[in-house]
Amino acid sequence: MPLLEVNNLRTVFHTNDGEVYAVNDLSFSLEKGETLGVVGESGSGKSQLVLSIINLLASNGRMEGSIRFQGKELVGMKTRDINRIRGDRIGMIFQDPMTCLNPYLTIERQMTEVLMLHQGLNRADARRRSIDMLDAVHIPDAGNRIGRYPHEFSGGMRQRVMIAMALLCHPDLLIADEPSTALDVTVQAQIIQLMNELQQEFGMSIIMITHDLGVIAGISDNVMVMYGGRICEQAPVYELFENPRHPYTQGLLQSVPRLDTAGDAKLHSIPGNPPNLLQLPPGCAFVDRCQKGIPVCDQQQPPLLQISPEHRVACHLENLP
Amino acid sequence: MTTLLHVDDLKVHFRLPGEGLLRPKAKILRAVDGISFNLEAGETLGIVGESGCGKSTLARGILGLVSITAGNVWLAGTELGHLDMRSLRSYRKNMQIVFQDPLASLDPRMTVSEIIAEPLQVFEPHLGKEARRKKVQSIMERVGLLPNQINRYPHEFSGGQCQRIGIARALVLKPSLLVCDEPVSALDVSIQAQIINLLLDLQEEMNLSMLFIAHDLSVVKQISHRVMVMYLGKMVETASRDELYRNPSHPYTRALIDAIPIPDPVIERNKHFSPLQGDLPSPLSPPSGCSFRTRCPRATDVCATEAPVPREIIPEHWVSCHHPGY
Ligand SMILES: Nc1ncnc2c1ncn2[C@@H]1O[C@H](COP(=O)(O)OP(=O)(O)OP(=O)(O)O)[C@@H](O)[C@H]1O
Ligand SMILES: Nc1ncnc2c1ncn2[C@@H]1O[C@H](COP(=O)(O)OP(=O)(O)O)[C@@H](O)[C@H]1O
Ligand code: SF4
Ligand code: SF4
Ligand SMILES: [Mg+2]
Ligand SMILES: [Mg+2]
Repeated sequence: MPLLEVNNLRTVFHTNDGEVYAVNDLSFSLEKGETLGVVGESGSGKSQLVLSIINLLASNGRMEGSIRFQGKELVGMKTRDINRIRGDRIGMIFQDPMTCLNPYLTIERQMTEVLMLHQGLNRADARRRSIDMLDAVHIPDAGNRIGRYPHEFSGGMRQRVMIAMALLCHPDLLIADEPSTALDVTVQAQIIQLMNELQQEFGMSIIMITHDLGVIAGISDNVMVMYGGRICEQAPVYELFENPRHPYTQGLLQSVPRLDTAGDAKLHSIPGNPPNLLQLPPGCAFVDRCQKGIPVCDQQQPPLLQISPEHRVACHLENLP
Repeated sequence: MTTLLHVDDLKVHFRLPGEGLLRPKAKILRAVDGISFNLEAGETLGIVGESGCGKSTLARGILGLVSITAGNVWLAGTELGHLDMRSLRSYRKNMQIVFQDPLASLDPRMTVSEIIAEPLQVFEPHLGKEARRKKVQSIMERVGLLPNQINRYPHEFSGGQCQRIGIARALVLKPSLLVCDEPVSALDVSIQAQIINLLLDLQEEMNLSMLFIAHDLSVVKQISHRVMVMYLGKMVETASRDELYRNPSHPYTRALIDAIPIPDPVIERNKHFSPLQGDLPSPLSPPSGCSFRTRCPRATDVCATEAPVPREIIPEHWVSCHHPGY
């Protein structure tokens, strides 16, 4: 049984301008110990996908479909029960650590409370476990630093503290939404290395959202590329980089500036702008920007085709003889 | 080649109120601490360094948007520090800036045409309405905005389009220097490439000189002729682009290059390197000697006592380090 199974998930936001279709009929599964990288441009629905999974949608959002975590259906589950799973079996980290940290409480207070609540530890044991976890994320002098407030840490250290909090209860799933995007490259490299190391140690599954294809290449087992709230391609990481099939994936891979190639050549760029989720076209959402389009692309949504046991692509070109 | 911009030992220091209760002692934050360089006509200098190392402050000092503590800025042979307001104005017109956050840098209550026309109204107030409209239309076309978008508001545009508006506003006066302060950091990869290609085209067409600020070396590589790496307000290495990437000689430059993940799983997973440890020290109390020594794998005793000065290790390749080398 996979750890997480998402089926036909749809997430819609009700706004004054109309319905915003953020996640559209999306299905995938995640195995135990697997790292799934999720890429896509901003607004493609990456964050709303994971916020749906942990039931933290904004109040104007609704979702339907099925989300099974360790066999249990999360859609429609009582908020109290979901809260128990979240924070205990599912840990989360975000781009901005202050979304997870309370500025008015010491790190010690915030960490020990999680352990006392979810795992019923007493204060002394909780403190010990918290210090161990800060050690594991390489916070120097953790025994002293644990008594400090979030603002007394640098940006990179706050990110580590957030990771330590997310991993406190040894969750089975860690969801990371652009955890290194706001960091400098040198600090990003530390954080990615740390996540790889912690996964070896604790064996959790990871959903890693990022728009950095370099980060994806370094950390994922499988990669899911999103466009307009749908999966446009999904494949094991080596397969995806070697044999990208969707025109959007191909364009994305070609438009990354690379250090290991000559610099003078002009970058390839994908023309046009991201789709408007208020008015998704009836056909393929990428059609305005696609240079390989064929007539059917305007009219019909391309189905997500399984082109090999582990590679899925949503493009009409796959159906051509 | 002619030198357009000459920056000589520029310092921008900020005085911060002290924290002590009894005898608050003002602290000095040396955001930019003795930077010198030349920029030729039509040349792009990339400026790279981690957040807080003084890149934006350097740009603001050059543009006269923040007051300079010491040093000089020369534009086309004129020293700007000693000009009266009126003459300074005409030089300002010649230097324009594009900011990082595309949407936040545009006034939400103004239409696209009003935004782009604003610099014309300020610097060329005598221009007739029709002539102004023509200029706005022509620059909009140049940056890839459609004529029917002229009366729209910024929030109706995507990040990439907002950045095009910002570029149009900066270029409508036909400046000779364009400062780009992380113009693509907030954009998606595919859109970043559009904007960089646009800047390359415009530079060629208008013979622009550019200062291109970024926090990572991969974007800068596409657009710069020369690159300067900064750390805590100081220049640590400057060289032509190819030389710098082929032969990075300062340990910090080396670390910045190593830290960039390569979008190829085969290479990225077989890369062996130890990321730089630790964070940027507080700019209020930088380490003694070389300010990089607390994170430097090559540091020795001399690094703690003597600040390294820039040395030209091969022609046009400058490094501030006691132990430079690959
Ligand atoms: N007006 C000011 N008063 C006091 N300190 C300032 C002021 N402006 C900037 N600083 C400080 O000067 C240093 C350099 O800041 P600057 O904004 O130039 O960095 P940067 O390299 O552009 O960073 P980033 O990549 O985050 O944009 C920082 O320590 C910053 O906090
Ligand atoms: N509360 C909300 N109300 C309306 N639209 C929303 C809301 N939250 C997110 N959206 C929209 O949903 C889409 C997907 O957002 P998101 O998942 O955050 O994108 P990303 O891929 O950048 O993480 C975007 O168009 C966003 O504007
Ligand atoms: S379905 Fe058509 S428009 Fe969409 S990506 Fe494939 S070829 Fe392009
Ligand atoms: S001077 Fe010393 S500490 Fe500074 S970069 Fe060079 S080797 Fe490192
Ligand atoms: Mg997001
Ligand atoms: Mg800046």
